Amino acid sequence: MKGVCATENRGTKEIGSEELVGWDAVTQGVVIHSFEGDAANIASLKQEERCYSEFSSYTATVASWRVVKPVYNRDICIDCQNCWVWCPDTSIISRDKQMLGIDYDHCKGCSVCVEVCPTNPKSLLMFAEHDEIEKALESWPQKEKKD
Amino acid sequence: MAERYDLQEIEVWDGNYAAAHALRQAQVDVVAAYPITPSTPIVENYGQFVADGYVDGEFVMVESEHAAMSGCVGAAAAGGRVATATSSQGFALMAEVLYQASGMRLPIVLTVVNRALASPLNVRGDHSDMYLGRDSGWIQLDAFNAQEAYDMTLCAFKIGEDMRVRLPVMIHQDGFITSHTAQNTNPLQDEDAYAFIGEYETYQEMLDFSKPVTYGAQTEEDWHFEHKAKQHKALMDSRDVINEVFDAFEKKTGRKYKRVESYMMEDAEVAIVALGATVETCRLAAQQLRADEGLKVGVVAPRCFRPFPFDNIREALKDVKTVCCMDRSSPGGAMGALFNEVSAALYSTKNRPLVTNYIYGLGGRDFAVEEAKRIMREQKAHADAGYITTQIQQFSGLRGPKLGFFETNRR
Repeated sequence: MKGVCATENRGTKEIGSEELVGWDAVTQGVVIHSFEGDAANIASLKQEERCYSEFSSYTATVASWRVVKPVYNRDICIDCQNCWVWCPDTSIISRDKQMLGIDYDHCKGCSVCVEVCPTNPKSLLMFAEHDEIEKALESWPQKEKKD
Repeated sequence: MAERYDLQEIEVWDGNYAAAHALRQAQVDVVAAYPITPSTPIVENYGQFVADGYVDGEFVMVESEHAAMSGCVGAAAAGGRVATATSSQGFALMAEVLYQASGMRLPIVLTVVNRALASPLNVRGDHSDMYLGRDSGWIQLDAFNAQEAYDMTLCAFKIGEDMRVRLPVMIHQDGFITSHTAQNTNPLQDEDAYAFIGEYETYQEMLDFSKPVTYGAQTEEDWHFEHKAKQHKALMDSRDVINEVFDAFEKKTGRKYKRVESYMMEDAEVAIVALGATVETCRLAAQQLRADEGLKVGVVAPRCFRPFPFDNIREALKDVKTVCCMDRSSPGGAMGALFNEVSAALYSTKNRPLVTNYIYGLGGRDFAVEEAKRIMREQKAHADAGYITTQIQQFSGLRGPKLGFFETNRR
């Protein structure tokens, strides 16, 4: 999972931590450019290959907004991509139709991914933000029996 | 390629038709509009021009004025030359999006045919809608007749699209009195008008896929103030560009415009400040009073209502004894807006003339030359007495007992 999820500039700064410049230095029309330089072929690049600008939300983290977090269990997941489709914050990381994990810099803990997960038991479950991942995986529930 | 429209040297146009032709000659890329009285013929005639092949751009019918201005914002952010028209209730419904347009620094052109705001429901001209827009961050130009509605619309594109400005521009004309009164109008030929305005230059356009851009980003107390200050500065600085464009327009047409139009002010003791078609009524009254009664009366009119010509107003009125500000909008529990702004400008002059306020012409109530003369004579009486002899705010042309507010403390 490392090398794909942990990109250099993703989630490197807290929202509101940027340098506060004066009125003469802000952009005209309150516009924000998403990328540095020419971005004509940006759609063909993976997120970690893109030149996101300082003010792109990609470089900021909102992890501190979260009180509960989804934990992902690779052993159960069937790579159906439901969570990737439904996540409102593009925080499910998937490559070549294979689920890799959660972008904890942008996930806000809404639990939609858990809701849409079709496996039994679920491959994604919500835990307290302070719970350790390993312990969470150890406490994973068993398959529910049908009546 | 759009067809060329053959125009006579003098055309008989009303203000609406004049504005429609100016939009056509600007070869606007997108007009998103929802027609409303009395500006309907602008949209109607423009639609006809599109149907007849005189325009290459898109004409988008929408479901409301909020949508009309929203469509304009989207098209302008995408990178097109954009315009629309409205009046009154439609203008009020656009109000939210007007602030979006100016905050995003999109040089949209909006031809406004001034009309009263309900309630009571009324289709006639007053300046309620124009005043509603005065804090919206748009440049507001005022046309007093059909010729000026045409001229100001051409100038509006050139002013707003200037890279030093990049702000939206409204051109105001009075409902029915200007919009529906046919007058001799001198248009430019299509190629001359287009050459005057120039090709549209894009800036931060969304359709540049090599540089994706977000418009209308959210800012809170950390950034909002700086963005609004930058926007305000751009609006204040547009004064120089407006002067330049008016000079260039004079070179092209011989017609001279200024941000403040002064008439018979050289030796004037009494001045009337007015907006819209009323300016011409007051000019006629001043002419007659000077000829028949020897009263030294002049008329001062802000051609450019926003940015407010604080300095030029002060310069135009600094030597007079009395100034009467004519407000054609119900002031809702205050003095009229023109009174407040002109008074503020005059407060920092040495002379500090007496300033009075008339509310007049609401909902299209006629304002005739005789009434303008009566008001001017009354101002002369203030000047002779050395103080305001009536209440400071009065109503002109109102039935019923005399209505007025506030006495002077300065006598």
